[in-house]
Amino acid sequence: MIGVVQPTPPSLDVRGVRYAYPDGHVALHGVDLTVPRGERVALLGPNGAGKTTLVLHLNGILTPTEGSVRVGGLAVSQDRATLAEVRRRVGIVFQDPDDQLFLPTVAEDVAFGPANLGLRGAELAARVDEALAAVGMGEHRDRAPHHLSFGQRRRVAVATVLAMHPEILVLDEPSSNLDPAARRELAEILRGLPVTLLMVTHDLPYALELCERSVILDAGRIVADAPTRDLLTDTDLLTRHRLELPYGFTPTPR
Amino acid sequence: MGAGHAHVLYRESASPVHRLPPEVKIVAMVVFTLAVVATPRTAFWAFGAYALLVAAVAALARVGPGWLLSRALIELPFVLFAVALPFLGAGERVELLGLRLSEDGLYGAWNIVAKGTLGVLASLLLAATTTTRDLIVGLDRLRCPQILTQIATFMLRYLDVLVGEARRMRVARVSRGDDPRFLWQLRGFAAGVGALFLRAFERGERVYLAMLSRGYSGRMPAVWQGAGAATAGQWLVAATVPVLAAGVAATAVLLT
Repeated sequence: MIGVVQPTPPSLDVRGVRYAYPDGHVALHGVDLTVPRGERVALLGPNGAGKTTLVLHLNGILTPTEGSVRVGGLAVSQDRATLAEVRRRVGIVFQDPDDQLFLPTVAEDVAFGPANLGLRGAELAARVDEALAAVGMGEHRDRAPHHLSFGQRRRVAVATVLAMHPEILVLDEPSSNLDPAARRELAEILRGLPVTLLMVTHDLPYALELCERSVILDAGRIVADAPTRDLLTDTDLLTRHRLELPYGFTPTPR
Repeated sequence: MGAGHAHVLYRESASPVHRLPPEVKIVAMVVFTLAVVATPRTAFWAFGAYALLVAAVAALARVGPGWLLSRALIELPFVLFAVALPFLGAGERVELLGLRLSEDGLYGAWNIVAKGTLGVLASLLLAATTTTRDLIVGLDRLRCPQILTQIATFMLRYLDVLVGEARRMRVARVSRGDDPRFLWQLRGFAAGVGALFLRAFERGERVYLAMLSRGYSGRMPAVWQGAGAATAGQWLVAATVPVLAAGVAATAVLLT
């Protein structure tokens, strides 16, 4: 089974994370964010708000200048064993599936993560089949990634991290470049997954569709944290942070 | 964006040759080529025997002579030099078709053309019956250094992506009226090559980040190596061709 939802501790606990790039540019000014197990949260914000920088802190690729990140109770540190476990727990799906899928066949790519965890043989094959089935790509296991459609590639990219049985699934712009049907199919798949989900996006209707709760990150700070519907009906707030609803889309306040 | 099945040389089929594991075919091809190269150039009958062997394997693999010969033309630029040999060669001269040619040069030319063609045909048969992916798997199983197989794996995966990027950049350039006809008008093209390099470099970084995020620690996990490796029986079956070729070569060496 992919991910088990249990009470406490929270899947993700980010406390006071500050980060300055080596050139001195401060990208995060003290970010606090808690995501309880099983919740789906959208991380909204304009370009350059620090969304991707924050995501790279979640699995220890970047180390905060100040503050701490805990994943399922485990503090992220640069210690090798901890880092390996943190990278199992946090499954990041990057924006461009061509960056994520680097091996010649779908099955090999899905096997890459669990194989890094030390799985081999039948157990590994089972993980691959299970993850591909979860995104409805089972029959494409031996195809080459560049022979798949963009939507299929994105689904395989989701499978590559599902195969590691993550505590939290982090998606960077999951709906970008998808045609409407592929976008809807992905939403159906994501809604059916029994995992905690953090979704970085500009696609406000998508956030409303999938996530009960949203946070807005702007200029390295969390500026709003509320039910998605409440945020999307607050036009002033959206305008202040360079977020816009698509033309003709008006969510009704509760 | 057409992402077609870009198999330049591979021919889809379920022939017995296709079903052989890649590593045995690679070894068979290399040994066969070595036997051909080791054969003395005057043993004409031996080259006939090799050609028969190639024809037999081609028939077994259901690869037509037309397909094989048209692709063998790739060797032309490499054997062009051989054509000059009979004219330039030193030593005894013989009369042939009204031309006075060097006997040594004629043998030299024959040597290059015959051995080159047989080697190319053997490689083409390997390529026609083995996917690029399987070739890398085979090299991996033959304990080829992992760094080489990894580079080949990346190339296989990203070649299409890079070609696609280059094509889109060219279309964008041409759409804005770039129409280079002379060398000094190639500025746009040259800048495009630079941009492509930067993109490839940046992609490399992103791929590496994504790999790290899935627990990559500097070594590729050897996952599929074990499964489907060649059995002793398959080694024996594939050994027939190189063993026959080696026999021919040995006989030729003893006779001349």
